Amino acid sequence: MKKKLAVALAAAMTLSGALAAVPVMAEDSDLIVVGFAQVGHESDWRTASTQSCQDVFTEDNGYDLQFVDCDNDSATQLEAIRTFIEQDVDYIIVDPIVSTGWDEALTECEDAGIPVIVIDRTIEDSDKYVSWVGSNFKTEGLAAGEWLKAYAEANGIEEINALVIEGTTGASATIGRTEGFSEIADAEGWTILDSQDGDFTQSGGQEVMESYIKSYEGQFNVVVCQNDNEAFGAIDAMTAAGISYGVDGDVILISFDACTAGLELVQSGDINADFECNPLAAPFVEEVIQQLEAGETPETEVYMEEHWYTYDDTVSTFEVDGVEQTCTVVTDEIVEAQY
Amino acid sequence: MSKIRKITSMRLFLPIFCMILVMAANIVYDVACGNFALNFFTISIRNGVLYGRLIDVLNRGSEVAILAIGMTLVVSSSAGTDISVGSVMSLSACFCCMLLAGYGVSSTSDLAVPLIVGVLGGILLGCLCGAFNGALVAYLNVQPMVATLILYSAARAIGLLLCNNLIVYVRNDSYKFFGGYLGFIPTPIVIAVLCILIITLLLRKTALGLYVQSVGINKKASRIAGLNSARIIFLTYIISGLCAGISGIVASSRIYSADSNNIGLNYEMDAILAVALGGNSLGGGKFSLAGSIIGAYTIQAITTTLYALGVSTNVAPVFKAIIVIIIVSIQAPPFKAFFKKRSAQKALAKGVQ
Repeated sequence: MKKKLAVALAAAMTLSGALAAVPVMAEDSDLIVVGFAQVGHESDWRTASTQSCQDVFTEDNGYDLQFVDCDNDSATQLEAIRTFIEQDVDYIIVDPIVSTGWDEALTECEDAGIPVIVIDRTIEDSDKYVSWVGSNFKTEGLAAGEWLKAYAEANGIEEINALVIEGTTGASATIGRTEGFSEIADAEGWTILDSQDGDFTQSGGQEVMESYIKSYEGQFNVVVCQNDNEAFGAIDAMTAAGISYGVDGDVILISFDACTAGLELVQSGDINADFECNPLAAPFVEEVIQQLEAGETPETEVYMEEHWYTYDDTVSTFEVDGVEQTCTVVTDEIVEAQY
Repeated sequence: MSKIRKITSMRLFLPIFCMILVMAANIVYDVACGNFALNFFTISIRNGVLYGRLIDVLNRGSEVAILAIGMTLVVSSSAGTDISVGSVMSLSACFCCMLLAGYGVSSTSDLAVPLIVGVLGGILLGCLCGAFNGALVAYLNVQPMVATLILYSAARAIGLLLCNNLIVYVRNDSYKFFGGYLGFIPTPIVIAVLCILIITLLLRKTALGLYVQSVGINKKASRIAGLNSARIIFLTYIISGLCAGISGIVASSRIYSADSNNIGLNYEMDAILAVALGGNSLGGGKFSLAGSIIGAYTIQAITTTLYALGVSTNVAPVFKAIIVIIIVSIQAPPFKAFFKKRSAQKALAKGVQ
């Protein structure tokens, strides 16, 4: 009796198992499982970066995206990587919160045979990843400097006294943009009155700008914010103090990132120029994955295409390191198409 | 001479002295730079609103000052700290913005519900979080730090869910009011002053202040004396949640958005520090609300001073730490005892002459 029951049970299990397994197996073999350990959601830029991955790595496109928001905590991110290894995903995408401490985790990935693709921020202490997809922050900084030089010439501004609201200390975007802009400033003999940390947030930008206004009242004619959120904060602070900024104002306002809200302000002339940091890395990452799937070797560094947005065509072209750059005047279509 | 001694022996002397010391650094700096010596303290009307560094200190310090009210009561009644306030700030802000913008909307200029509904909703959620913490501490006797650790880590994530993983912008002028200006005064200052006034009245005109201290000094004895100790502790946590809710709305209104990652980040630490800088014992019992408030503005004065001095942001935390060490040591019992002894010796020497 017992034996019969066991056989019957086993048969039932096999049958139901087979029934259930067929579609699941079919799905599993088709979809490429991609684990993405995102930094967090601290800015519009980040949200757009997340959205880009969610749009590209869909089931319709043949992907199964495992998304983890690490909430700006590097321990959580390492944990997420280990979970991906346990789940045996096909590819791991990581936007490293910090640039060091990666060797061990990446070695584990390599041992498990999972290719890692790094996006946006960089990893400094390990080269055990397939490729890095991101922006050249120094080029962005250089472009901002060269644009300002051309803009000042076009408007007959002789003296540049700039205030810089930096991003989070140590972030590669902060380092690159500062380096690029300072290089031009040094070469042109501009004065950088002060450069303080606004932490890439609106309230940080607000607080730093409030203090700048009191310290350097009437001495500055350029404010450089290293992302749009800081620029929003700086605008709030200058409005409250009755300082005019933007195209018709006394202060030239330069920003980076170029998110939709930022571009709207460029269009209205509140921000003079906004230097894009393309968050839509996913299409480039997909290209890398497709190359790997086809057995090809992708490039180790993939730079994304970026635009320099301006209010008008006072400056239409300028050169960065001998390469000609074109400015894009913001229109309704561009704002709508932006993330 | 005796007048000076009378002033120095007052309870609030040291906290006030420390705040003045921090601000005095600015006078030294301004004189060294050849600027007007009282630059830091100059208040003027610019663009129709109050303008000056002192106003910045009062304005930017509002959130921590409001948090410090609740924290003082919690510390006094339960001899523990509420480390969830920063995260609860963020949660309240997220809930408020979610109500105002509607779920899943990332940017709006039209309000989905009346302003008052959103703001009260956010503040009520803050109270609810306080009640949750309070229930754990007062009725289940969970250690305060452990009990509030739950919301410390969870509240931010809940806020994230409410906002559908987005930064929700409410670009409506009526919402900007709470972080903007009431007439020519920054609204956060008005809100902080109102909160302080209401709580002070509550503590002075009712026996609440006495009850809280009595429970903090000896919970058992207070119960035997007829006080419902658990309920009083519960109440202090609700007040702390309420304060977190209010300051969350202020922080969010400043940037007319709910940035769940950054609103109230590390504010719990500043609030606890404010209580300590105010000369209050973190062991519970007797408290001085005024001390905590002064402590809160001292912290902001340090931040604003470092900005004013143009201290590089990489090293600013080091200076902040050094200043805090100095302030805390000045107020430490061995130092106090040393000064007391010295002044007693002096008095004795005078007597002998």
